[in-house]
Amino acid sequence: MNNALKNRLIDRVFKYFAILSTLFGLVMLFIFLIDILNQGLSRIDWSFITSLPSRFPGKSGILTALTGTIWVFLLTTIISVPIGVAAGIYLEEYGKKSRMANILEINISNLAGVPSIIYGILGLEIFVRIMDLGASLLAGSLTLALLILPIIIVATREAVRAVPKTIKEASYALGATKWQTIWRQVLPVSSGNIITGIILALSRAIGETAPLIVIGALAYVPFVARTPMDEFTVLPIQIFNWISRPQKGFIINAASAIIILLAFVFIMNGIAVYIRYRTQKKIKW
Amino acid sequence: MKTNLISIALIALITSCGGPQQSGEKSGAKSLSGAIKIDGSSTVYPITEAIAEEFRVDHPKVKVTIGISGTGGGFKKFSRGETDISDASRPIKDKEKAACKENNIEYLSLTVAYDGMAVLINPGNDWVDYLTTAELKKMWEPEAQNKIMKWNQIRPEWPNLEMHLFGPGVASGTFDYFTDVIVGESGKSRGDFTASEDDNVLVQGIATDKNALGFFGLAYYEENKDKLKLAGVDNGNGPVYPSIETVKNGTYAPLSRPIFIYISSAAVKRAEVVEFIRFYLEHAGHLVSEVGYIPLPKEEYSAQLETFNEFAVSYQ
Repeated sequence: MNNALKNRLIDRVFKYFAILSTLFGLVMLFIFLIDILNQGLSRIDWSFITSLPSRFPGKSGILTALTGTIWVFLLTTIISVPIGVAAGIYLEEYGKKSRMANILEINISNLAGVPSIIYGILGLEIFVRIMDLGASLLAGSLTLALLILPIIIVATREAVRAVPKTIKEASYALGATKWQTIWRQVLPVSSGNIITGIILALSRAIGETAPLIVIGALAYVPFVARTPMDEFTVLPIQIFNWISRPQKGFIINAASAIIILLAFVFIMNGIAVYIRYRTQKKIKW
Repeated sequence: MKTNLISIALIALITSCGGPQQSGEKSGAKSLSGAIKIDGSSTVYPITEAIAEEFRVDHPKVKVTIGISGTGGGFKKFSRGETDISDASRPIKDKEKAACKENNIEYLSLTVAYDGMAVLINPGNDWVDYLTTAELKKMWEPEAQNKIMKWNQIRPEWPNLEMHLFGPGVASGTFDYFTDVIVGESGKSRGDFTASEDDNVLVQGIATDKNALGFFGLAYYEENKDKLKLAGVDNGNGPVYPSIETVKNGTYAPLSRPIFIYISSAAVKRAEVVEFIRFYLEHAGHLVSEVGYIPLPKEEYSAQLETFNEFAVSYQ
């Protein structure tokens, strides 16, 4: 076998390996989706979404869990996005390259890998007890914001770094200040990647249970939260609670709640893709 | 005639219910409002949830919230005065008592139900009928690790087959209780068994493995009777199978335990909390069995109610 043939063979083998790897993830996801839809779809109706928790699986609903999840999602976005993006821009554009900056950088990357329950313990001490916010929506959202900040910061930095230097230099050459360059050139170009990072981070936050249970999020809340200071529960806690119950009906309820949570994340992702598409269409160099 | 009888019965019922209510109630029952904070064991949660659900029908303005941070986590909040009632699947520990004392929190403990623990095997297992507590100990004690691996090591007439053990996770109150009464020390057991916090995983494990043996809450057996087989437990007085009767009358020992709620003295100053606990004890009888637990005998609930009334009055 000559060299060219051998290389072609390797090329082909790699191609099939890559296809297999892609299929592995997709098939697993597919099996999971079929299983969940099969179990839970029949249970979803309007009353499932608008009912309070109950000891009867058939009467039980997710009203407070779903509204809690929406609250947490909105508050976490409001808190984490400005801070995360600003920190990312500072580290990439303003911060000086020093030993301190290096240590900071390594720490932020490491923070992204800390188990989420640790953030729960931190949140319990700082937000719930020292800042005296109680087991409120605000305390929960602040905790989740901390949890996803490292992801947003890293994503922002990478997005900003990918903007060609020539663009920035051209902007300076025309007399723009640093702020004008960042706001009018760097951010619009990198916003697509930043939004992707934010969405991945928020999707993670929405699925978290452990840190919220630690800060004292509840399982049974018979009223819809009106202010950020109200107590709350979220969908993952409701799912966790239902899955551990002995009665079959609750397992079906859990599957239905998982479908709702998935749909919520899908819609969120859809909106993000749309925003990204719109912003990127505007870029004309 | 019939309507007369009914109305007499109704009057009797109303007057008998009215008795205990007058002692602490200043405002009318219908106008109760406020919030009741409950946290603690996820084992007790289904009962408290059922009570809260029914309580809400009578008193829609009272906001009852329930958390599931575990018996220990619940007591931590309780001893800081952050909750009014704590759900507990074991009695309060000395350390937790001290924490309550430090914060000037006195409390009353009430038994609300029994939880039976079942020892289960695969329906294909035709050799095990019952196990003595000594045999269970031999199976589960720390010394058994990597040594007691086959059925015939437990009883010589049993087959020379591998034994696969299943049990709840080490963080659960069920595990604590089982090891306490079987091995002799809470939390001590062999480490080489399949552990899961989710009892439904244990059900699946035992249902698909002929050589399996595991233990978990009786309620999970009730829901999966077709997939599992009960093993009796012999504590020296002959083998007993867990059932509502044997748990209730105490013959299924030692694998049944009482479960509790703890009420803070600060909380009983509020009419809605007093009413909630009374409601709890008056309705636990039927609600407890609806969610898969075993109720106390009727007289016990009345006795608990009396104890609570005294407690409530003394802190009013």
